[in-house]
Parts: sequence; C-alpha cells; structure tokens
Amino acid sequence: MSTSTPSSPPLAESLPASSQGWQKLTRLIEPIALLVPSGVWLLLLLVAPTLLILELSFIPGFRLGQSAGDYGIGNYLEIFQPIYFQVILRSVLFAIGCTVTCMLLGFPVAYWIAVMAPSRWRNLLLVAFVLPLWTSSLLRAYAWITILRPSGSLNSLLSALHLPSQEWLNQTPAVYIGMAYSFLPYMVLILYASLEKLDKRLLEAASDLGATPQQTFWKVTVPQTLPGIAAGGLLVFITSLGEFVVPELLGGASSMTISRLIYNQFLGATRNWGLGSSFSILMITGVSIAIALLLKYGDRDSALSG
Amino acid sequence: MSQTVIRDYSVSGTDTRLDVELRKVFKVYDGETAVRGIDLDIHQGEFFSILGPSGCGKTTTLRMIAGFEDPSGGEVMIRGKSMLGVPPYKRPVNTVFQSYALFGHLTVWDNVAFSLRLKSCGNTELRERVGDALQLVKMSDFARRFPAQLSGGQQQRVALARALVNHPTVLLLDEPLGALDLKLRKEMQVELSNLHHELGLTFVMVTHDQEEALSLSDRIAVMNNGKIEQIGTPSEIYEHPKTAFVADFIGDTNLLKGQIESIYAETLQIVTDSGLHIVAKPKTLWNGADSSSSNSSSSNSSSSNLSGSHASEAFVSIRPEKVHLELSPPADSISSRNCYAGKLKHVMYLGTHVSYQVELATGDRIAVLQPNRSSLMDLGTSVYVYWAAEDCLALAPQE
Repeated sequence: MSTSTPSSPPLAESLPASSQGWQKLTRLIEPIALLVPSGVWLLLLLVAPTLLILELSFIPGFRLGQSAGDYGIGNYLEIFQPIYFQVILRSVLFAIGCTVTCMLLGFPVAYWIAVMAPSRWRNLLLVAFVLPLWTSSLLRAYAWITILRPSGSLNSLLSALHLPSQEWLNQTPAVYIGMAYSFLPYMVLILYASLEKLDKRLLEAASDLGATPQQTFWKVTVPQTLPGIAAGGLLVFITSLGEFVVPELLGGASSMTISRLIYNQFLGATRNWGLGSSFSILMITGVSIAIALLLKYGDRDSALSG
Repeated sequence: MSQTVIRDYSVSGTDTRLDVELRKVFKVYDGETAVRGIDLDIHQGEFFSILGPSGCGKTTTLRMIAGFEDPSGGEVMIRGKSMLGVPPYKRPVNTVFQSYALFGHLTVWDNVAFSLRLKSCGNTELRERVGDALQLVKMSDFARRFPAQLSGGQQQRVALARALVNHPTVLLLDEPLGALDLKLRKEMQVELSNLHHELGLTFVMVTHDQEEALSLSDRIAVMNNGKIEQIGTPSEIYEHPKTAFVADFIGDTNLLKGQIESIYAETLQIVTDSGLHIVAKPKTLWNGADSSSSNSSSSNSSSSNLSGSHASEAFVSIRPEKVHLELSPPADSISSRNCYAGKLKHVMYLGTHVSYQVELATGDRIAVLQPNRSSLMDLGTSVYVYWAAEDCLALAPQE
C-alpha cells in the first residue's frame, strides 16, 4: 500500500518532526472544536431529554412529585385503549389528508413555475409562494380563525353569493385548511426543485413518440420526479403529524391529535408523565421510520434545499 | 448482416413525390427572426441535410417539421397534408435528439417500446418490432440495461431504434453525431448511411459538420442567417457554390473580393481590391448584379455598362486543391493567365497532403493544398501559383 503511494511520504518527512506533530494535533483538534458547541447543545437539549422520556415511558403512571413506581410496559399497553387509539388514527389521517391536499395543490403550482413560467420570473414566483412561511404560525392560525369563524369573511362571501354558510371552525375542515396552508410552501419548494431538474427535452421526446400531454405527464414527468414527490410527501407528512398549533386553534375539542394528547399528559389536567412519554416515544419512532424512508427513497437534494 | 443486404433503390431512384414541404416559412422569437421565409421540398426516400453554422435557424426549421415550434408564417406539409396546428404526437415523424433524450427511468427495451405501448399495440407485435429495432442498431444484448449504463455511442443507437420502431414517414435527426468522438462519429456515419439504404425512409438531418453532410446526404440545404443559401447535391454545393457564404462554409477556399471589369460570354475579368487581375470562366452563369444585361445581350459582344453607375462587385473563389504550385511559371499560355509570383509563408504537413500559404506581391495570401508527392518546399522559397480559369468561381456579394 505504502509503496504504491510514494508521493506523499517524502513530502511529510521533509518537514521538521515538531511541525509534523503539530499538524497531526490540529487535524485532531479542528473537528472537535467545530463539533463541540453544537454537540453539547444537542446532547443537553435533545439526546438527554429523549433518553429521560424513554425512561419515563417505562414507568407506568409516573406523575411529577410522586415517587416512581417499578419499571413496566403498562404505558404502552394503555396506548391501545380505544379512546387513545382513535386519537392516533385521527392524527395519522390528518397528516395523510394534509399531504394529499398539499400534493394536489402544490404539484400544478410547482409544475407551472418550473416548466411553464418564463425563467426570469421563477425566483420571484417562488419567493411569493414562500412568503407566508415568514410569518408566525400562530399569526396564520388566527388569520384563518377570522376567515372561518361563523361571522367571518368566508361566510360573508358565501352569503353574498347566496350560498349556505359553513360552520367549519372548530371542525375537521378547518384543520385540513390550516395545515395544508401551512405546509403547501414546503411542498411547492421541494417539488419545484425536482421539476426544475427535469430535462424538458424528455417531454418533447415523449410528445415526438406519440404521447399526448396527459400520457407524457403520467409516463415521463411523474416517474422522473418521483424522488421529489416522495421527499415532499414524506416531509409534509412528518411535520403535519407533529403539528400542534393548527389543530389546537382551528380544530376545537373534537379534533384532538397526538400532540395535544401529549401536551395534556405533561401540562394539562391529567399530568400522567409516564403515559405522555410513551406517546412521545411512539411518535419519535414513527417519524424516524418516515425520515429513514425519506433518506432512502426521497430526493435528498431537494428535500434539504426545501 | 444488415450491411450485406443493401437494397439500393433509395439513392438512384429518389422518389419525386414529396415527403416534406416548407412554403415561405418564417419563425420569429421575441422580435428576433430565426427563420426568414424558406422553401424546401424534401423527396420521399432521400437523405436530406440542413447544414449551417450555429444560430442559422437550421434546428428551428427541424423543430417546425417535428412540431415543437409553430411557424410564425408559412406552411409546413408532410405527405401533402398541412401540419399547421398539428401537435408533435400526431405527426408521422420521429426525432433523434441531439442529446438523445432517453428516458432514464426506463430500460433500453422500454425506451424503444414507449411509442408502441402508447398505441396499445399487441404483445407479440410489440415484442417483434422492438426486437427488430434493437437488432437493426445492434443493441439486442443491452435490452435490460438503463441508459445511464450505456456509452454515448450506445445511447445514440438506442435513440435511433426508439425513433425507428414507430415506422415514421420521415426520420428527423438533430445533430445526431455531435456528441460523439471522431472515430465513433465515422462509424456511426457509415451505419446511418446503411440504415438509410436499408429502410428507404426519408431522413432529414441537421448538422453543422460540412463533411458529415457531404458524405451522407443525397441533397443539402445550406442555411445562413435564417435563409437558405443553396440547395443541391453534395457535389453541386461543393463544386458550384452559388454564394460566397456557401463557398467559404463548405470546405476551404481562397475568397478574393473585387470588381468585375468585363464580361465576355462566359469569361469574366475581375480585378481584386488588392489589384490582382483574374480571369474566371465559371460553368454556371454569373448570377450577380448585371446578369440580366449580359444574358439578354449575348449578341452584344462588348462589355456591358460596367463603367456606369456601380461597377459590379464580386467574390472570386478558388479551392486550394485546384491551385498549382511550381518553382517556375507554366509554359503554356492558357494556364498562365491566372499565374502569380509569390513567396512561401507557411507550410503545414498534413500527412496525405501538404498545405501551403503563398503571399503574392499584392499582399494576398493564397492557400494551396497539394498531395504529398515530392519533397517539402522550404519557407521563403519564391514560387509561382496558377489555376485554370474554369476552376475559378465568380460569386455575387451577399445582400
């Protein structure tokens, strides 16, 4: 091995021994110096709490201020009670619904910006679309409340058009509307990154070979951008699964999600930290699996840029 | 196998029926005119090339035939049917793209089968036709591979098979060999030519490579600046260019600018701007400014009204291989008419040929291409260059 690379050893030998040692030292210190600040941060604020929660989740019925009982899997068995299972199912359905809505709304927009809009307008259009992300999610939720409340702008508009008024606030539709609105920009950004990379000559080639625009879309555009579609879908799914503000403010009591359930266990009336921890671990596991899928099958570049 | 069975009826018996017709076709992009009113007749079964420098509008022309662009004015017809407003997927043409544009998510087999699957062609027929197309381009062994796993030449073959499997009326080729290295390009030229003979299809190829166009085509249209300069067989284009641009673009030439001094029958006396007197006897008639006056008054043997308002400008073109280079002036008086003394300024050894640059007393530089027969001449040698008046073309200046 060393004989095959003769160029580097003589170069190192020509340097004084102390300088060589110093180089080795800096090469060792450099990564440590760069990684320690964020490493400590992550360790204290992410890894340690997660481990703590993992421990608590195995202590059935742990409540703050009470002496801890024995370890057991009682918390995890409690999750499968119908009342809790329903909440989990609702959260997953919200996340899936939000992902599908974002995909259906976001793909045409991303396609239009990436393929059809004049190239000099593209950046401006993207910024316009991402603009809502720069306001606080709380603010956006309150904005939707003013729109959706019984005497809000939506119902004024509907009554002006002589259509029946809608009672969407504190119901499921409001949760879908609010969440889809929140995550649509992410979806558009990721899909745009993927569609922008799509070789437009492939679309011409498909058309040349006899494919109608619809056939071109399903047989070339979608398969070619599948990694981006997977990335956008999984990212929106993951974030909407853990969404707390929108279901809380727009969904009302009938729309309890896992996030709200966990909140209740820690800070609400029940204060069952053990049960809350087991829910947290369940969610971390689910999201980790989704992220693993994202990294394996998704278009990592566009997901990260998004 | 494909090379042995050559049914050679396409070249000699080029069908007089037309496959592609362009009538006064214009294309304007954002106020810039890419194609300025061109007319083209492409016969059935012919290998037709559109040749020109980049930006001359040749690719735009091809794209209008394929249907990716709509002409801003004029008419595009395929087999006598107007193609205006007909989308690409309804036109009886298929294209081999410059960068191949293969579908990366499909295997070679599925790429070739793409168009047949759209037409919901039967399973046995599909298998047969895709198999035949792959065999035609010698890619049968690569059917299960993905495009990314193929070399440039192999991708080119797949692109050809994909375009041919559909049995198009016209095969369009957009700089098909541009991305290949020289050796591979030569190989693919031979194969393209064989394929054309074998299939008897109409090929329309766009290229900027004049050698490729000359060696492959039945006819060539030379384009410049959105216009067709000349349409003709390769030898017509090379031997009898009609404009200075064509003479300069196709092969190397010595192009000298001058004024016509006199026209006597088919003989032109031209004085170049540097003061060289040249006699030209082009076989084609002078097509310049006062051709009408010299043609109509052929009985009138005196030189026409050149002393008048504008003395007629012209370019003289002499191919380097038609120029003789000797140490002494030629003995016979006829060839001595275009004979000039000069000094060797540049010698380039090309293997089979030697390229010389001779500087005349007037300062003109004449390029000479000689077969590598005798010993090389040294730089600075005093030499004589001469050429026959018949090898000298007089060309009208560009508008």
